[in-house]
Amino acid sequence: MEKRVTFGRWTIGILFAVPQLLLIFTFFYWPAGQAVYWSLTLQQPWGGGNIWVGLDNFRSILANADYWNSITASMIFAGISTGLAMIIALVLAALTDRQLAGSWLYRVVLIWPYGIAAPALALAFRFILAPEAGFMAAVNKFWPGFWDPGLNGADAMASVIIAFSWKYVGYNFIFFLAALQAIPRSLIEAAAMDGSGVVRRFWDIQFPLITPTIFFLLVINITESFQDSFGIVDIMTAGGPANATNLMVYKIYSDGFKGLDYSGAAAQSIILMLLIVLLTIVQFRFIERRVHYR
Amino acid sequence: MVERTPILNFFTHLILFAGFVFCVAPFVIVAIAASHNLKDVNDVPMSLLPGSDFWVNIKTAWTTADLGPKLFNSFIMAFGVAAGKVIVSALTAFSIVYFRYPGRMLIFWLIFITLMLPLEVRIVPTYAVVANVLDPYQAIMDLTGLSWLIQKISGVQVQLSLGLLNSYSGLILPLVATATGTFLYRQFFLTVPDELTEAARMDGAGALRFFVDILLPLSRNNMAALGTIMFLWAWNQYLWPLLITTDQSHAMAVTELKQLIPNVGGAPEWHIAMAGTLIIMVPPMIVVVLMQRWFVRGLIATEK
Repeated sequence: MEKRVTFGRWTIGILFAVPQLLLIFTFFYWPAGQAVYWSLTLQQPWGGGNIWVGLDNFRSILANADYWNSITASMIFAGISTGLAMIIALVLAALTDRQLAGSWLYRVVLIWPYGIAAPALALAFRFILAPEAGFMAAVNKFWPGFWDPGLNGADAMASVIIAFSWKYVGYNFIFFLAALQAIPRSLIEAAAMDGSGVVRRFWDIQFPLITPTIFFLLVINITESFQDSFGIVDIMTAGGPANATNLMVYKIYSDGFKGLDYSGAAAQSIILMLLIVLLTIVQFRFIERRVHYR
Repeated sequence: MVERTPILNFFTHLILFAGFVFCVAPFVIVAIAASHNLKDVNDVPMSLLPGSDFWVNIKTAWTTADLGPKLFNSFIMAFGVAAGKVIVSALTAFSIVYFRYPGRMLIFWLIFITLMLPLEVRIVPTYAVVANVLDPYQAIMDLTGLSWLIQKISGVQVQLSLGLLNSYSGLILPLVATATGTFLYRQFFLTVPDELTEAARMDGAGALRFFVDILLPLSRNNMAALGTIMFLWAWNQYLWPLLITTDQSHAMAVTELKQLIPNVGGAPEWHIAMAGTLIIMVPPMIVVVLMQRWFVRGLIATEK
């Protein structure tokens, strides 16, 4: 994958990369380094100086029950919403791939959620799932106290999971469909000739061939569930009730910008970064093997 | 397919129809709620027949949240990010693919690493950098003794300061500073035949000429793809604009949604909230629908 023909003068070559390098230094490497530095010091807000404290910030967050609660909440959120979004999307994509009359319509519509901003769909779902208006209110009428995301932590978690999975069903669907369509039709037809049924063909031929996509989406969904959840949580529950939906990225924001605890927020960022880097490395080791140029 | 499977086909349609409803229902409910009046929207259960107050609610939401200027800001930001990404990524990929120079692989990896850490997790220090974007350079000058030297010689104390809070550049630049597009271009450039470069060079074209006249026109599709994806991504950004636009003149449409959440106490004005949600959902939806054909074709290289 190297070019045989290149342009000689290397000074010009580097010039083309300069804008990118300046941007990533200023807005990526410097802040990332700063986060490491802050996590090891006690920062006074608004430039009041700082004291070196080593790993104390990490010790104090890890000793904090609220932080563990936030990790647990993030894991539950990531696990359930990723599972739902992947399974629903895979079923829909596999069925759409069967090319029955009208399946083009599903292909068109199932892509729409991709374009919606997380906060916009969060507000929509906040209304749809409101306990006092609309449909859930009707359920509550029959079964008083059945649904109240404002008071019940499990209900609040269910609400944010529904909103997040809804969006990612659309996202995953695109990739699943692309992967399924890339499988040569002749392969499936040959199996059909040999008399294997639709379900059998799916498990024996299509499923193994799309495992790279499944794995890729699994990692993307989990990583996004740690970041893209911010808008949903902020609009739907603001981390409540009683911290039930205080996911890791939301806690960084509320500790850092509302509590002005820069050092604590920086230490939390470092832990979240390590988590995401770990996921990305796993993903890359798996995918790079399958990437071919030309 | 070759066989007949009427029962399976029936269930396929059934499940797909459920999926269809699942995807469309939220849009429909939002649109219907946006057409009710205060009393009807709070009815239990809400009527699924559209009410008659749609345009009134849209107007109220528009003026309450002052959406005109905010949609304008969102457009500026989304265009800025998309254009920035397209330009910067193309330049970098060109440098990495078409030149051999020492440190090329280092640059490749420096850029690659940025894909791993999203803005959300380094949000606190990034905010500090945007508050004074020259802070890193000041620190470098302090550490290397350059500021000391300048002060010794000229007597001027170097204090670099340039705040980007509440500005379009503050909104746009940190979002451009990831390498998403670079690898898209890199992969594309790698598929451009060497013969083409050779021919261009024989005709006496230099690096810049080859880039502008041959490579860029060839990568039109990539530009459109990257531009669309980045436009949608930037339009839908929430946390970053929420933080750095403290004054209303630079606020984004998406962050205004928070102001439309009905207050606790009193009858909740869900009809206004849903009208606002609809207005904010529409522009990216138009982009998705317009680009869909091409978008799907790009992703699904159907070769059957």
